[in-house]
Amino acid sequence: MLGKLNYDALPFYSPVALGGALGEVGAAVLVLAVITWLGAWKYLWKEWLTSVDHKRIGIMYIVLALVMLLRGFADAILMRTQQAIAVDGEGYLPPDHFDQIFSAHGTIMIFFMAMPFLSGLMNFVVPQQIGTRDVAFPFLNSVGLWLTASGAGLVLASLVIGKFSTAGWTAYPPYSGIEYSPYVGVDYWLWSVILSGIGTTMTGINFVVTIFKNRAPGMTLMRMPLFTWTALVTSVLICFAFPAVTVVGVQLMLDRYLGMHFFTNGGGGNMMMYINLIWIWGHPEVYILILPAFGIFSEIVATFSRKRLFGYDSLVYATAVIGLLSFTVWLHHFFTMGSGADVNAFFGITTMIIAVPTGVKIYDWLLTMYGGRITIATPMLWTLGFIFTFVIGGMTGVLLAIPPVDYLMHNTTFLIAHFHNMLIPGALFGYLAGYTYWFPKAFGFRLDETWGKRAFWCWLIGFYLAFMPLYALGFMGMPRRMEHYDMAAWQPWLVVACVGAFLIAAGIGCLIMQLVVSIRKREVLADTTGDPWDARTLEWTTSSPPAPYNFAKIPVVHDRDELTWRKAHPDIAGKDDIATPIAMPENTGAGVVIGITGGIFGFAMIWWIWWLAILAFLVILGTLIARSFNDDDELPVPDAAVALEETRGSGPLLGY
Amino acid sequence: MTDATAHRHPDPALEARDFGFWVYLMSDAIIFALLFATYVTLLGGTDGGPTPHDVFDLDRAFAETMLLLASSVTFGMATVSMVAKSKGGVLAWLAITFVLGAGFIFLEISEFTGMIAEGAGPDRSGFLSAFFTLVGTHGLHVSAGLVWILVMLAQISVKGLNPAVTSRLFRLGLFWHFLDIVWIGIFSVVYLPGVMS
Repeated sequence: MLGKLNYDALPFYSPVALGGALGEVGAAVLVLAVITWLGAWKYLWKEWLTSVDHKRIGIMYIVLALVMLLRGFADAILMRTQQAIAVDGEGYLPPDHFDQIFSAHGTIMIFFMAMPFLSGLMNFVVPQQIGTRDVAFPFLNSVGLWLTASGAGLVLASLVIGKFSTAGWTAYPPYSGIEYSPYVGVDYWLWSVILSGIGTTMTGINFVVTIFKNRAPGMTLMRMPLFTWTALVTSVLICFAFPAVTVVGVQLMLDRYLGMHFFTNGGGGNMMMYINLIWIWGHPEVYILILPAFGIFSEIVATFSRKRLFGYDSLVYATAVIGLLSFTVWLHHFFTMGSGADVNAFFGITTMIIAVPTGVKIYDWLLTMYGGRITIATPMLWTLGFIFTFVIGGMTGVLLAIPPVDYLMHNTTFLIAHFHNMLIPGALFGYLAGYTYWFPKAFGFRLDETWGKRAFWCWLIGFYLAFMPLYALGFMGMPRRMEHYDMAAWQPWLVVACVGAFLIAAGIGCLIMQLVVSIRKREVLADTTGDPWDARTLEWTTSSPPAPYNFAKIPVVHDRDELTWRKAHPDIAGKDDIATPIAMPENTGAGVVIGITGGIFGFAMIWWIWWLAILAFLVILGTLIARSFNDDDELPVPDAAVALEETRGSGPLLGY
Repeated sequence: MTDATAHRHPDPALEARDFGFWVYLMSDAIIFALLFATYVTLLGGTDGGPTPHDVFDLDRAFAETMLLLASSVTFGMATVSMVAKSKGGVLAWLAITFVLGAGFIFLEISEFTGMIAEGAGPDRSGFLSAFFTLVGTHGLHVSAGLVWILVMLAQISVKGLNPAVTSRLFRLGLFWHFLDIVWIGIFSVVYLPGVMS
């Protein structure tokens, strides 16, 4: 009836795991209780869960990302404190648990923090930047969100029921095969990655079509804002790369479930093929993570230097080149695994070449600031912190690109420091900058500046303290993923790293305080014009928050930085905007149902509850087929309703 | 796109769906490309067990090819009927396409069960894992297409050939012909070289 599920699945094997599980369950119960106490279930279902509005879907993606940031960061604090004290076998985490923690940390941060964060920002911003009313496929958008949320749910569930994978976030075989990882951990990883991968692929398709087909009249490709350009290249990368992770995940699943021999040691399997397939996805994936952040920085640097972006063409070409080259470097993730000098040399050279277009972008941003009138608001602070710190990480990347050097550095903490140097000051600072920048557009009031600046400094200094020692430790020979060690000389560095982690925790605390304080002070922080930063692009012409249909009239675009053009030509601005009848797609429960049932399907497959898996599959199929019969899913918005909406103006809503 | 209904009432939303479906098909093409690459990589991984020459039956593969190619022709006839706005014609040709596709699946299932019965199942060796997954994934796609044909038969019966339905039928056509092209790849990369080795 319940497959492999029994009482042994509960987390009594480790007091820390039990504590974590209780904490997680407690938090979930608290959230459900608060919603019930507020009587908000109907509102939540009607206005949010069934929404196909790209703005709401974007906000929900970002909520998911921020929640998972907390869970992924908890894993980080556990690891840092363990390593700070675990000289000669001391420490509070048994090895099996430590291994689950580093596997969950990476899986969560990449798949369930970074990917939802960038999907959310793209969702909220891009349609408004290109002057359209919604994405091309609103229903598909909803399905993608809920599949991603289901995947996150599976990872969260693994702390309470069963165990997570101990094979790292990339799950190399043969360790991840059924022989060496017989329990459900790797299956949790597999199904969460497969489900969210399908959701992400849907997002990629959606934005390729939206950006190519739904731009406002007059917005040629070379007039698109940089964030939209990076969203486009990111979406193309998603469409090309995510099939690879889906294929390799399914193959590993077939090995585990049906005894196949894709990646087994014997039986004609080929373990190196896994490595190649996963990194053919894995390298484009890190560019998927960073390009939207680069786009955000481009927007912010221009707005807060009060100057048009320097080198727009070069920024566009650099983005496209990065996208293309991202498929030529994947072997640098495994120089040490036997390809030989010639193959290594090829990939070492391509890896160095790919640093060049990013360097072009750095110069473009610096030259944008040069001669500008700079305002150091919180989004600009994140940007400045990024430019300086990211370049350090880029240089260590070029160092690692040299195969003989990589032979010494591979899988040491030097590598850990390098990629966190890319992902935190690069991707995460970008997303946090975007979150701060576009928050007033979403909610009608700005975020508090004081707490924003405090958060930034805690994150920046915390980052340096947490990761610079890891560069030194890598030079000293410390491998990654160590649950304990016996080199006493390493400990002082690890203690400093632990302090850095706690400073980052303070940074997260500041972000939470920022949100609380801003909501309390929302009347004071109100955005009353829709353009709180005196910005340059179309999304700032809508009200804050925007009407459901974004634009009462479809804007006609005359220039890059269309809003700046309109401010310079106030007499004719908006005169040729096109009034069209407005029809918006209806909300639907089908997206939630398909997504959540997908999660149930994954859970059933993990625990071998076959009848439930079949039932879930049939529910998904039935919902899709039923949905396909519905060709009348749009509701017209009558002119009177539009007129009323347009009188609302900007500002915080009491009940959003 | 040669669909006359689209020219008369070009609906941007339906055109966007066509474009989006092409993008999806290209991502599907990458999945198949990776499965082909896997197959070629694992071709030597027979673990002392059955080799391609041992297990491939060219007669059956030829029959499957004829069924699938014919089904593409009959789907094309369904498209002709669709352009001519002949609801009955569409239903009839779609039904014939379904029968041919089902025949393909039947032969493929019998091939798979036969191989498993003689000890050449997907768990025997890497080569066989790759074969079953590549050909099986194609078969699953064809099966999904069969379900889609049934759904279209129902929709056309109930709603007639309105723009949304014809657009959906056009996309099913893209899907069906795409699978035909993948099968030609399978025939050329898997069965023919396997039998000749």
